[in-house]
This record gives sequence, C-alpha cells and structure tokens, in this order.
Amino acid sequence: MNITELTVHELQEKIKSKKLTIKEINNAYIERIKEKEPEVQAFITPLLEQAKEKAKTIQEKIDSGEKLSDLAGIPIGIKDNICTKGVKTTCASKMLENFISPYDATIMNKINAENMITLGKLNMDEFAMGGSTEYSYFKKTKNPWDLTRVPGGSSGGSAAAVAANMVPWAIGSDTGGSIRQPASLCGVVGLKPTYGLVSRFGLVAFASSLDQIGVFTKDVRDCAMLLNVISGYDELDTTSAKIEPKDYTKSLQKDVKGLKIGVPKEFYGEGINEEVKKSLEEALQKYKEMGAEVEEFSLDIAQYALATYYIIACAEASSNLGRYDGIRYTYRSPEAKTLKEIYKKSRSEAFGTEVKRRIILGTYVLSSGYYDAYYKKAQQVRTLVMNKFNEAFKKYDVIITPTSPTTAFKIGEKSTNPMEMYLADICTVSVNIAGLPGLSVPCGVDSKGLPIGMQIIGKKFDEETIIKTAFAYEQETNFRAKYKPTFKGGVR
Amino acid sequence: MKISKEEILHIANLAQLTLEDSEVEKYMENLQDILNFANIVNNAPVEGLDVTIGANEEKNIFREDKVKIFEDTSSLLQNAPEQDRNMFKIPKVLN
Repeated sequence: MNITELTVHELQEKIKSKKLTIKEINNAYIERIKEKEPEVQAFITPLLEQAKEKAKTIQEKIDSGEKLSDLAGIPIGIKDNICTKGVKTTCASKMLENFISPYDATIMNKINAENMITLGKLNMDEFAMGGSTEYSYFKKTKNPWDLTRVPGGSSGGSAAAVAANMVPWAIGSDTGGSIRQPASLCGVVGLKPTYGLVSRFGLVAFASSLDQIGVFTKDVRDCAMLLNVISGYDELDTTSAKIEPKDYTKSLQKDVKGLKIGVPKEFYGEGINEEVKKSLEEALQKYKEMGAEVEEFSLDIAQYALATYYIIACAEASSNLGRYDGIRYTYRSPEAKTLKEIYKKSRSEAFGTEVKRRIILGTYVLSSGYYDAYYKKAQQVRTLVMNKFNEAFKKYDVIITPTSPTTAFKIGEKSTNPMEMYLADICTVSVNIAGLPGLSVPCGVDSKGLPIGMQIIGKKFDEETIIKTAFAYEQETNFRAKYKPTFKGGVR
Repeated sequence: MKISKEEILHIANLAQLTLEDSEVEKYMENLQDILNFANIVNNAPVEGLDVTIGANEEKNIFREDKVKIFEDTSSLLQNAPEQDRNMFKIPKVLN
C-alpha cells in the first residue's frame, strides 16, 4: 500500500480497521516531502519536526483510549497567507519574511480542534496576486505533471503539494480563481465556497469583497469533509453568514437525473484552447448520458467581469496593503532615516513587481478624476454580473464552464506580460464578483498529458448541488485511477 | 487616455512608493495596457443599475463595544523592526 496516494476518507478507513497508525501516516508524508520537495518546491515553511511530535502525542492519546475526532492525526497543508500562531506567515513576500502571527485564523482553530497535523505553510504568489506562483518572493513552485510548467496560482503551493502527494489535502484562498485555476492545472479538486460561508478572520486581506478561503483535495468526498470542518458563522468576520451548519457529505450522491445544467456559450469561445473545449464537451455529453438536462445559453459577461475584477481587486488591494508601513510587524528599510522614508523605502524595497503594479493601478482608479470612469463603473458592472447570474439560476441548477482557458503553461511564459497573465482568470473571476460557490474537478488531460479542469458554479450557499454534480461525474469517470502526475522534465 | 510620467509619479507618491526610472517606464506601459482593456466597463449596459459594494447584502454589523484584554504583548512586539520599553520605536517626527 502506498500511504500517500490515499485520500483522507481512505486513510480514515485504514485507521479504523487498525491497518495504519497516525504515526505511520505522518512518517510516510514526511518521507514523501523529503523526496519530492526538492523538485516541486511547494513549501515556504515545512513543519516536519513539529508534525512528528504531534503525531506521537496523538498516537499516545489514541493508544490510551482517549476519544478523538475522526480527523485526529490527519495531515494538512496551509497556504502561507493564513495566520498560524507561533509559525511564520509570510504571504510569500519580503514584507512579511519574518512575521509570526500572534493569533490563529478562525479556520486554524477549527483545524486544530480536530487535532489535524499541519505539515507546513505553502507557497503562493506574493499576497495572492498572480496566476502561476511565479511571483513568490521565495521560490517558484513546479507543476508535478511537468516540472517545466507552472502549477497555477495564486495557491500554487497548495495545489502542487496535493497533486504530488506531499499532503493529503490543503487550504487555499481564492480572490479571482486562486483555488480553482491551480486545482485545474494540477489535476486535483478545488472548491471556492460562497462568499461568507467560511470565516476569513486571520486570512491576510487582498481584496476583501472577493477573498474567500477554500480547499484542495484529491477527490470530492474529501472536499465535502473538509468543507464541513472549516465552514460556519464567526463573529470575528463581519461578512460571515449566519446560516445553519450543514453536513456536505450528505450531498455525495450519484444521481443527477433531471439536474439542469446551463452551458454559457461565451465561456467556450475565443481564447479557450481547443483541447480544453473538447474535454468539456465530452464531460457535458457524459452528464447527458447520466440523465442531466444540458442546455446552452448566453451569459455575455466574461470580458466585463475580468475588467471589473482587476479594477475592484486592485482598488481594494491598494487600500488593504496600506497597512504595510514598516512600523509594527513588517520589513523596515535599513536606509530609512525619517518616518516618511520608513514608509516609502520599506514599501518600495519589500513589495515585488506585481504587487506594486496592482497598488499603482488600484490607487489610479481610486484617484480623483478617474473614480467615476473606472471604480464606480466597475461597481455597476458588478451589479450587472450578479443580475445575469440570478437570471441564469432561475433556469439552471448549476452552470458549467472550463476552469482555465488553457492547461499549465511554461514557467516564464507569461510572467513578464501582466495582461496575458490576467487573461488566465477569464473563466473564474465572475464567480467571485457575484460571490457564488465554484468547484473545479478534473475532467481529462490534453495531448501533452496535462490535466484539464471543469468548473461547476452554483447558487449562493448551494454547495450541496455543486458537490453532488462533481461527485456524480467523478464516480462515473474516475480520473484519479487513469492519470497520475509524472514529474517529468525535472532537473535535480 | 494617455498616461504621463508625471501621473505615474503622482500615483506612486500617493501609494507611498518610490519608483526607479526603469520602473516608471515599465509601469507606464503596463498601466496603459491594463486601462485600455479595463475601459470596456464603459461599454457595459449598466444604465440605471446601482453600484454593488460587496458580495452579500448585509450592511452594518453592530456589536457591543466591549474592551477585551489581549495579554500576550510580547507576541505583538516580537515582529517590530525596532522597539523600546514595550513600544514600537520610530524616528523623531517633529524637529
């Protein structure tokens, strides 16, 4: 048995039937990280020694008969923009290179309450700004399916770590596609829940009206299980929704008979790679065979939504990142002599190119003279996008699109052209603009053997239906049994 | 709309950033490209639509204004670039 290839629910069965111990599981992951991390580079801060200690403690508790949660001792990886008490939270930035959070994010409290074991903090684009993880200050993460390619981003470390079996599942964040796009490029399941379903307290803010924490898993069952852990109201996040807790594993049903699937034709048009399109068409055909009603319709918002996204996200980022002033917990330039110099030099020296670019764009669209032409207009377009989705969801239970217009691109291919990088988000951003849930599930590979993802979009707080839709497809097609990352193209 | 060098420098100043000459050129070009694209929002059919400021409808969230004591001061100060007697230290502001 290869322990690190198992899903979490498979690990749970082995633990229950006493075929595996917590210690064995964690040791297997620690060995796997030692083996694969030199080529994949997914971790900013590995926590292997701490994990070993914690596994030992939990094993002892279990051996002495203490009743712990079903998830006790299960390892997990955490994106490095989620605050973890006593452990560095860098946001992959020089600005926070040495920052140690004084408190845990709410989701960390929930994960720790289950006695899960954090194997490390994972790489990302600096402050979650990017679609390839190339904008990390520390390292470039490689795609396990082809090490010369990007894992996507911004949660590229989380996606690559799950794909490479270095963690069984991981936490990420998604502002414009930062969970779904890397999940698609790395051939794993990625879920961005509805805005408000998961507390963001302790998530370092990028664009507060769009940011959402979500999960990376090997399959849809694990996705439902981890959503059960992290979702729920939190008074510390004022945007947190007061809704009844649900058990999302109850949605793991194979029956999609009569399910109404809307297919927005504009999301299958220009700019979408032919092989991606073909794979999606096959998936839709599969749904028809399974008894779902698949119908094409017009949702002409993708271009507007992308423009709106970059205006709103950058405006909010320029404001949110104003807090990095070199005074309290960030990098301070050693050259700075005056207070004004502390602000300017620290920010100029510690923010990377893409972060500065977005701060400048955001400051520009908020500045007097341009506010009405860009920011206000973008907020109106936001209403338009929401209205269009509301209309569509009167007719359909879910909407299906490609997650990413292409499969994984080469390292360096887009990193010098910001507009090209932004276009990689074309299929995902409208979901954040409207605050909807979106799930990416693998649906095939292209001729180079690179994974393709299908995005399933649901109504607000209707994670159940997208989980069911994804689960039925996954059970029918079984991507994981057919395809595995090959780690080709690596130089050690 | 053409963006001038002066405008970029003004914006950078508002954002508390100092740009190298090479950065000024690069960001001028980037900003121009992105704004050319972003301009399509001005063609969107939004006549009469309200603005949306957030993804959910809740507006003001109130809570009781109660003081909570956070006792672990050292965990807050451990990240300070410079500190003195339990305070963040900065250079003299007034001459």
